Amino acid sequence: MAVETTTRAKLRWGLLDVVVVVFALIPVLWIASLSFKTPATLTDGRFWPREWTLDNYRTIFATDQFVRALVNSIGIALIATVIAVVLGAMAAYAISRLDFPGKRLLVGVSLLIAMFPQVSLVSPLFDIERQLGLFDTWPGLILPYITFALPLAIYTLSAFFKQIPWDLEKAAKMDGATQGQAFRRVIAPLAAPGLFTTAILVFIFCWNDFLFAISLTSTERSRTVPVALSFFTGESQFEDPTGAICAAAVVITIPIILFVLFFQRRIVSGLTSGAVKG
Amino acid sequence: MIVVADIVLDKVSKKFPDGTVAVADVDLEIADGEFVILVGPSGCGKSTTLNMIAGLEDISSGELRIGGERVNDKAPRDRDIAMVFQSYALYPNMTVRENMAFPLRLAKLDKETINTKVEEAAKVLELTALLDRKPANLSGGQRQRVAMGRAIVRQPKAFLMDEPLSNLDAKLRVQMRTVVSRLQKQLGTTTVYVTHDQTEAMTLGDRVVIMRGGAVQQVGPPQELYDHPRNLFVAGFIGSPSMNFLHAVVEEGALRTALGEVPLGDRVRRELEGADAPRELILGIRPEHFEDADLVDEDTRRRGMEFEAPVEIVESMGSDKYVYLTVEGERATAAELEELAADAGAADFTGAGANLVTRLSAESPVVEGETRRVWFNLEKIHLFDPANGRNLTLHEGRAAGALAD
Repeated sequence: MAVETTTRAKLRWGLLDVVVVVFALIPVLWIASLSFKTPATLTDGRFWPREWTLDNYRTIFATDQFVRALVNSIGIALIATVIAVVLGAMAAYAISRLDFPGKRLLVGVSLLIAMFPQVSLVSPLFDIERQLGLFDTWPGLILPYITFALPLAIYTLSAFFKQIPWDLEKAAKMDGATQGQAFRRVIAPLAAPGLFTTAILVFIFCWNDFLFAISLTSTERSRTVPVALSFFTGESQFEDPTGAICAAAVVITIPIILFVLFFQRRIVSGLTSGAVKG
Repeated sequence: MIVVADIVLDKVSKKFPDGTVAVADVDLEIADGEFVILVGPSGCGKSTTLNMIAGLEDISSGELRIGGERVNDKAPRDRDIAMVFQSYALYPNMTVRENMAFPLRLAKLDKETINTKVEEAAKVLELTALLDRKPANLSGGQRQRVAMGRAIVRQPKAFLMDEPLSNLDAKLRVQMRTVVSRLQKQLGTTTVYVTHDQTEAMTLGDRVVIMRGGAVQQVGPPQELYDHPRNLFVAGFIGSPSMNFLHAVVEEGALRTALGEVPLGDRVRRELEGADAPRELILGIRPEHFEDADLVDEDTRRRGMEFEAPVEIVESMGSDKYVYLTVEGERATAAELEELAADAGAADFTGAGANLVTRLSAESPVVEGETRRVWFNLEKIHLFDPANGRNLTLHEGRAAGALAD
């Protein structure tokens, strides 16, 4: 009787899961399907392409525009992620471990930054970057990305650091470690799942950004993929680049999937079990 | 190489930024190789004191010397002392071997030396078979031993232990207590051990430091604290079951108590003649200083007095009997007693009259419900001033009972 109930419950949950996954994946799969269609069959409304083609992919990689944007995107997102995570880790560590005046204020303000409407910052940033000569450069995008990613990084990381027993750090100090050694050799390895989670979140944020990228760039020098996509045109103005855009969209999704899959293995919960108590 | 590792606390105090004083003017000299226990109820400042010795907490004022050298401003790693934490604080990402090797690797010893030292320590603590396991796969007792191993492996000047056994179950705790004791004797390393458990304090240490509210109450060998408590707090804290306390009123050279008129010797009487001497006292007497009146011979009888009281509960321990008697009269009240009761979790326990816990010989035919005649030793009673807790029967550090001349 009990077994029957569980099987039925399992079935019900399984069905629900499938519905949710299909709901979430249909747009993505549709784009993937479009990217394999020939221009003639593009608007036939069928999910499964009648004629398969890789032309769209050939087109985007044939243009220097897309490859260049891909390099920009990867470079800018990676650099911004590394800097945001390192700075965020240090700030979060201080916030979770130290009691200093104005701590709540600091956390509050950093959250405020994250909530600030980015649109309202675009024009001032545009002017500032033009004045400073940062407009249309990698740092010109990396800097605002770090600004907006840091609050997120600090917030998630300090939650992770708070879970690590403080006794471990004390023990490391008693064992002869400096503050730096204690952080690097004891605390950081334990906070690794948190670091990877944060890295993924920050990377996705930078990778997907369109607003800053379109406002603060003007040439291929620093244009990222989401922007480059919007500049795709056909051979003539009457030709529709839908297929190519879809192919590019599929291509830029791949790094994110790889990134998540690669780090997911490291996000093992319960890594700290066994540290304290019995 | 002879390392002299005495630890001296010279008026050491800890004041937190919000103004609370956790430790006030603690003076303590711990000799090289000595095993000293810091004991007291929670919040008495014992752990803060230990953390100051370790260097994990700043010292607000006073001086701390290890081996004759002032170490107030030295980082923990420069003090050459090891610490065992209540939570064990093992590094979960490292194996037992790596955990124990960690302090040695930080000290930049070569691989071979590290290996021999770790193996040696593992052998002493019977951890050899577990060296390649992660802490998550160890039992509580094993983790505790790894924590000890990590402390002994680099042969520090001193060990600091912060309630290392309190996370173990009762049986294992008794077993580990002997392990700790044996290890300390074997290594002869100066050890400061913090606990809230008076049994651990009594059984482990060469000397015991009793703390209350950040101040040292009394320092001495366990037996001395037991026999000659300087004040009400020490008397109530040490001993299990704890000392009985009764309300007593001074009346014309004698004491009126729930147990009858207690005669006073000259010395105590002189003490009570002063103008500012208290009119009310607290009489303290330990359970083992009672005896079934029928079993006391004439000679002994003269040194004490007798009373009758209804027997509430009899617990036969085989070797002797714990007999709970009900006596009428006012309860003894003092700040110290309330604090002790709160620490024992019995603050809201208020019965009518007072309960006496007595330890009588196993031969006593006492049964529950009867009224029994019980004798107690007047030479062993203590009298305390309820206002400040001072033991009035103490003379030159020795308690002499109520009858002393």
